[in-house]
Amino acid sequence: METKHLDRVVIRFVGDSGDGMQLTGTEFAKAAAEAGNDISTFPDFPAEIRAPAGSLFGVSGFQLHFSSSEIHTPGDAPDVLVAMNPAGLKTNLKDLVDTGTLIVNTGAFIEANLKKAGYKSNPLEDGTLAKYKVHAVDINHLTMTALEGSELSNKEKGRAKNFFALGLVFWMYGREPEGEIRRIHQQFAKKPGYGEANVKVFKAGYHYGETAEVFQTVYKVPPATFKPGMYRNITGNEAIALGLVVGADLAGKKLFYAGYPITPASSILHSLAKYKNFGTMTFQAEDEIAAMGAALGAAFGGSIAVTASSGPGIALKGEAMGLGVMTELPVVILNIQRGGPSTGLPTKTEQSDLSQSLFGRNGESPLPVLAAKSPGDTFYCAVEAVKIATRYMVPVILLSDGYIANGSEPWPLPNLAAMPRFDVVHRTDPQSYFVYERDPKTLARAWVVPGTPGLEHRIGGIEKDALTGNISYAPENHEKQTHVRAEKVQRIAQDIGELDLSGAESGEVLLIGWGGTYGALRQAQQSLAAQGKSVSHAHLRWLSPLEPGLAKIIHNFKRVVVAELNTGQLRMVLRAQFLVDAIGLNKIQGLPFKVAEVVAAIEKELGVAATKTTSAATQAQANA
Amino acid sequence: MTEAVKLKLSKKDLESDQDVRWCPGCGDYAILATVQRTLAQLGIRRENTVFISGIGCSSRFPYYMNTYGFHTIHGRAPAIASGLKVTRPELDVWVITGDGDGLSIGGNHMIHALRRNMDLKILLFNNQIYGLTKGQYSPTSAVGTRAPSTPSGSIDHPLNPISLALGSGATFVARAADTDAKLMGSILEQAYRHKGAVFIELLQNCPVFNDGVWEGVKDDPAGKQVHLVEGKSLVFAGGTKGIRLGAGMVPEIVDVVDGDTSGLLVHTEKGSPLYAHLLAQLVQPDFPMPMGILYRTERTTYEQLAQAQIDDAVAKQGPGDLTKLMYSGMVWEVGADGTRH
Repeated sequence: METKHLDRVVIRFVGDSGDGMQLTGTEFAKAAAEAGNDISTFPDFPAEIRAPAGSLFGVSGFQLHFSSSEIHTPGDAPDVLVAMNPAGLKTNLKDLVDTGTLIVNTGAFIEANLKKAGYKSNPLEDGTLAKYKVHAVDINHLTMTALEGSELSNKEKGRAKNFFALGLVFWMYGREPEGEIRRIHQQFAKKPGYGEANVKVFKAGYHYGETAEVFQTVYKVPPATFKPGMYRNITGNEAIALGLVVGADLAGKKLFYAGYPITPASSILHSLAKYKNFGTMTFQAEDEIAAMGAALGAAFGGSIAVTASSGPGIALKGEAMGLGVMTELPVVILNIQRGGPSTGLPTKTEQSDLSQSLFGRNGESPLPVLAAKSPGDTFYCAVEAVKIATRYMVPVILLSDGYIANGSEPWPLPNLAAMPRFDVVHRTDPQSYFVYERDPKTLARAWVVPGTPGLEHRIGGIEKDALTGNISYAPENHEKQTHVRAEKVQRIAQDIGELDLSGAESGEVLLIGWGGTYGALRQAQQSLAAQGKSVSHAHLRWLSPLEPGLAKIIHNFKRVVVAELNTGQLRMVLRAQFLVDAIGLNKIQGLPFKVAEVVAAIEKELGVAATKTTSAATQAQANA
Repeated sequence: MTEAVKLKLSKKDLESDQDVRWCPGCGDYAILATVQRTLAQLGIRRENTVFISGIGCSSRFPYYMNTYGFHTIHGRAPAIASGLKVTRPELDVWVITGDGDGLSIGGNHMIHALRRNMDLKILLFNNQIYGLTKGQYSPTSAVGTRAPSTPSGSIDHPLNPISLALGSGATFVARAADTDAKLMGSILEQAYRHKGAVFIELLQNCPVFNDGVWEGVKDDPAGKQVHLVEGKSLVFAGGTKGIRLGAGMVPEIVDVVDGDTSGLLVHTEKGSPLYAHLLAQLVQPDFPMPMGILYRTERTTYEQLAQAQIDDAVAKQGPGDLTKLMYSGMVWEVGADGTRH
């Protein structure tokens, strides 16, 4: 038996949406993290819960990138593809690297499934797979054999087959099986029969790798080196929930979260519903509008009020968000973006709700908008959103997306004690109180909550006098209030940190991105910079107000490339704001950027920039 | 409810400094005055009282109350009030809405606030018309209502607000006319003391767009109302007529001879929901309209249950420990050498 050391591996598990591919991927990711690798994951599944077995549209996939060095993305293309059925092979084979490794569950390659996948002949036999290292394993049969004598029904036995695949890859990558066996027992503690069966099948898969002579190599990906400290593995939606709880604590307030079920935001509600002993109250509202309404009501009462949704739900909340703008109440609105418009691509990622966030309400209703760049970053963004909302008395939109919501990474645990507090103080002094009297620095009005004697007042959606808060339709007053609401959002710039810039402050190409594309963009820039190319990458956390640091550098580059998973929403804003001829790198496929795509796009612009330099030089010569 | 210290208040103490902007003769004036007078008599704490409304003529109400107030958006008042009540259960939260606001655009929030038994006092001003948008027919308008949007007469069947409230699970359901200060005052007082979702239909006159729509009902001596009195028979028209249940549970009107009320329905507020639903079906022109408290029952409120779950979690798990929460799941340490330990 040979042991080969690899720096990094990208593996993808594919099968029916009922085959347990998400579980298999998640468990293998845990094992990689446990072994000290840096990891990045990309779950990619259909909206249907149990799509018809064997269908192309029902294929569920989970990609894991694990490495002995720092990584930012789940990898462009899998080195290893584990296909549990023909449909999975059909839809994913094109992504596998040439000479990649393919593990195929031959038991599922029966006539009916081949037909469903649109195969005229069996790809295992017709030479389709000639360029790959193919391991044909009848996982169906081996699973049933492993469970001979078990009391489970054949259907129940069949469900354990993903654990065979998991056991096999555990062996291939030299992972210790004990931890996994423990986890399976824990997970199925309430159904020990299933737990036993899964462990049996997992072991069978592991031993198959060991004994079957087809697998002659064990691959080892040595541990990566990290900054010292405590770590945990975390998804974006887990981290955002933690950030809200911590944010409310730092504000010295109780958290109230109202939501309505929607993919891919629902799991935030699930997490927070378990945090009741922190005083966190969750409210599953009757609809999206009610969730936003309840959040406003809770904010009026003095809670840290949060609601979350995805694009379609945010559209429904729009009017109530405008009420929040008008009444200047602190609410945090999370948008876990997915592909749109309408129902769009519920389980796929996209960054196409930026325009909606910036402009998607009636009237002049500017709101602060920030976006998280990675699963772990959602934690800090949530804390920041709570801070800004309460400090400036304004609803804040925090953008995440399906990719970072479900994706996971090793996350250095924050030192809570070192995080600055921003305790909320409610005004209680009834002397000369005016509803819209403002803090001179932040322009925030005082947060006065019901229950405070002598400060009884009325707020509402009708335009109000800029001082007293009484109804006012006066022309100059409306213009004044409109400007002050906008100015208040702009003032947030004074609380925004340094621009996240990699590379020099001037040069050939400036790559600008925001949100969940961070990993691919940063990796592309770094690899080009390592080749001596003049490329910098600015990643925006704040979209409204725009990061002040950007204005200082954006004109220092020959070419500005704005990379987004939409048709150019940030690009439009930047062109308007800076009169810069920004070029778009856009992808609207429900998938994240690949590093190679970004590299290719920048190389093209470097070429243009070079020509520009030449022509400028020629021009200069001519002038001389 | 916050009655620990009963304050001496006058109606004036509950009037805000804002000019009331309703049309002259609007039924809302009478309702506002009765609410202010009743709450003053009850000695409420102004700082613990919040009026929340949606959009429409009635929804301007909070601006005129010298309490906390929130004039929100069309139909959403019950949702906003729910968020406030569940997080601040010690506050008295009143919802002011109308037939368009509460039953059309906001119908969904209405039914869910009631089914949850949120401790909200919901006053629905029913004038069978959209006033603020200039007179379109509403979900409670009678079939055939001619309005700018229905020049040939409306064709959709009107909604019965009381039936909706009962069907949704309200635990206190009542009805009064805008000008009947005595009845409205007594209902408001009992509503104030009730713990749970209150729904009061106030028959309100819009003198501009639907003048006199309730005239037939308000004319009590003519036998257009049944005053509901606990333990008393359903009689009307000066005690000369009564209501009993005929075969197939069909209500019938019978003459009351020599004060003999035997066989008539006897009112019980805490009767079966079946009886309350039957009362709700007594509508013009075939029957006099029941006025008063149609139904009430006790049920734990949503905010009590929500708080109980939190208390239970704290009792079982102890108060939340953030560090412990952060360190839950798969946690590992990376040592000074940069590798996992």
